[in-house]
Amino acid sequence: MLSRVAERIYWLGRYMERSENMARMVNVNTNLLLDLPRGVRVGWGSLIDISGTGTYFNRDTEQADERTVVRFMLVDKDNPSSLLNSLSWARENARITREIMPMEAWELINDLYHSIKDNANALIARRERGRMLLHVISQVQQFTGLLAGCMTHNDAYEFIRVGRNLERADMTTRIVDAGLVHLLPANGDTSAVELLMPYNNVLWMSVLRSLSAYQMYRQHVRDRVNAKDVVTFLLQNESFPRALAHSLAELEGCLKKLPNSKAVVSTVGRVREKVLQADIGLLLESGLHEYIDDVQAEIGQLHSQIAGTWFDPVAIARTQRQTQGSA
Amino acid sequence: MQIDWRAYDPGQFYDELISSPGHPRKATRHLAKYLASLSGEDLQERKRSAELAIKTMGISFTVYSDAGNIDRAWPFDIIPRIIPQKEWQKTERGLIQRLTALNCFINDIYNDQKIIKDKVVPAELLLDSANFRRECMGMKPAFGVWSHICGSDLIRDHQGEFYVLEDNLRVPSGVSYMLENRKVTKRVFPELFDNHNIVPVTEYPNQLFDTLAALSPRPLDRPEVVVLTPGIYNSAYFEHSYLAQQMGVELVEGSDLVVENDCVYMRTIKGLARVDVIYRRIDDLFLDPEMFNPDSVLGVPGLMRAWLKGNVALANAPGAGVADDKVIYTFVPAMIKYYLGEEPILNNVPSYLCIDPQQCDHVLKNLDKLVVKPANESGGYGMIIGPQASKKEREEFAGRIKANPRNYMAQPLISLSTAPIIGSKNAEPRHIDLRPFVLQGKEHYVTPGGLTRVAMVKGSYVVNSSQGGGSKDTWIVVEGDK
Repeated sequence: MLSRVAERIYWLGRYMERSENMARMVNVNTNLLLDLPRGVRVGWGSLIDISGTGTYFNRDTEQADERTVVRFMLVDKDNPSSLLNSLSWARENARITREIMPMEAWELINDLYHSIKDNANALIARRERGRMLLHVISQVQQFTGLLAGCMTHNDAYEFIRVGRNLERADMTTRIVDAGLVHLLPANGDTSAVELLMPYNNVLWMSVLRSLSAYQMYRQHVRDRVNAKDVVTFLLQNESFPRALAHSLAELEGCLKKLPNSKAVVSTVGRVREKVLQADIGLLLESGLHEYIDDVQAEIGQLHSQIAGTWFDPVAIARTQRQTQGSA
Repeated sequence: MQIDWRAYDPGQFYDELISSPGHPRKATRHLAKYLASLSGEDLQERKRSAELAIKTMGISFTVYSDAGNIDRAWPFDIIPRIIPQKEWQKTERGLIQRLTALNCFINDIYNDQKIIKDKVVPAELLLDSANFRRECMGMKPAFGVWSHICGSDLIRDHQGEFYVLEDNLRVPSGVSYMLENRKVTKRVFPELFDNHNIVPVTEYPNQLFDTLAALSPRPLDRPEVVVLTPGIYNSAYFEHSYLAQQMGVELVEGSDLVVENDCVYMRTIKGLARVDVIYRRIDDLFLDPEMFNPDSVLGVPGLMRAWLKGNVALANAPGAGVADDKVIYTFVPAMIKYYLGEEPILNNVPSYLCIDPQQCDHVLKNLDKLVVKPANESGGYGMIIGPQASKKEREEFAGRIKANPRNYMAQPLISLSTAPIIGSKNAEPRHIDLRPFVLQGKEHYVTPGGLTRVAMVKGSYVVNSSQGGGSKDTWIVVEGDK
């Protein structure tokens, strides 16, 4: 398969996953706010922090109201990760790679993109929003299912899964991180945290819900919702699909099936070990935020290594020459 | 609105659906009756469902000037055009005859030039043909075929007789729309397929693959065939991607290919992989910056070297455009006689060559009655339709002809046939042409029908999609009830 196409299809996997994550986050937040008391300022601004798009927001996230944030997250053209932009990029990448996917997959992405683009205004209002976001989530799920059921499980298929799992791993760390920012006592001002204390439970539940993890968490952890168990579950559980450790294991499995993957596989294995070895209880007392920053940087590194191994013809040629020279 | 065929009047033109107002032709009677039975609401509903299908299937084309919104939905009229198979069979034979002769001509031009030595075609025409590639002299591609994929534009005069308007021998496009149009019609009018025996068009991608694979310089069971596209901003990108998908081959851009030791390779995730046949959708001059336009970033340095050494096949071959020149066109009937010893089955439109002083004089004097075309433009650019142009436009054009007579030829305005489209109050006649696609390699293949292009503007003759044209599904129908 062509390097250029491999890169496109990898990004297709990432953008489809990102679209779903955006839809999930906004949807969960909409529901959460209905449960919180008036005057609690958590919520909308934090969405922007989670998605890591603060630099594009250009406004004070503390002051951001629902309308502004929802517009920014879902349909803003200046936010490179907005739902509409993610779908638009997914569509562009699908358009370039449509000859290697089942035709229905392209039709699905194209349809989904148009349905969001044509209904951008309805998405801002609360009433229609929920229905449409659930539509996005279910369509991305359908896309995943369509490929699993109708596409040859070849290199192209693995590249989509690599993109999906890398994006998912990245997003899970962001969501946990954002939960920490709002729920753990920060140095200095603790008034906001105190005000929210009675709602901690509700907030951690919403963190779980944004990853569709609440029900699975309850089955797994037979205890009340609490910070340590939630973070442990989301980072270290090896069976829940959206948990970090699981995403990394999936990633490792996909990479193993690709040619010349030895070096990348060993890197991902190292990151996975690091995640599994972490003492969450200890980190929660101090240093969890820095630890997550660290993991995120390693995920970023992983992306560069994937690009160097398969997408960059110059880098590939260099490695090949070296291998030939040494053989 | 409900369709009333009695109120549908194409005037003096040949109409594809009716022979006179209220009277459908034999092959179209089921269609006419069916359409007239639909309520106005029903028709609008079908029209909307076609638009939706086109949007969902992502059938689009790109307009160069439309930066920002590069992808436009394909304009499509839901009423199919019907051609009886008996009429078509003759046209099909004529198309094969024509392409065979054209390929003999190109091969002759780049080798012995017998046709010039025998003074059938004047030598000076060749010397300043913009599409003659000196670099190809002496090349002998497989089967002596240079143009493997040809799209000829056919029109019908007021008596319904087919004429060839031009032959596109370089990189003709439109075949994907022909295939998609049929799919759309199946979604919109499934019930019509019960009453008609329609020859399927789906064979094309297989035929194209076989034609290309047979050109491979390496005798392999499954040679590596690729489609070479200029990229997503090209107006025909949809088609490039579509054909690659349908043939199950890689769609490559110039940067995906590299030439080493005079062989072509593509860059894959496993490293370099040898390429045998390239269906290139890039113009000659952009193919290889080493030999042609040095600024081309679309092409592949060294590609021509690899081709001239016989290590890769290019379809269509570089230089094939020498016969795709509107002046050379006028010699096609002579070529058929010269190379094949046959009478032409399909008519050429009578033409005047401005390179001949007498004919040029006639053209200049009758500019208000003629259509004048430049030799090497495509897409309907740079031409003038005399009867529809203003006096000022004609005068300005006369100046251009005088400055470069070799570059122009003229034809009488042939009244294109009409076919109904869904209008606001009734079906309305619009002018149409037909582009069938002809393959030649080891064997021949002609698409049943082709792409019918429609001038969507009332009275207009311009059918090009880049200038507001639309299209119709085209049915070759076997007569007799199903």
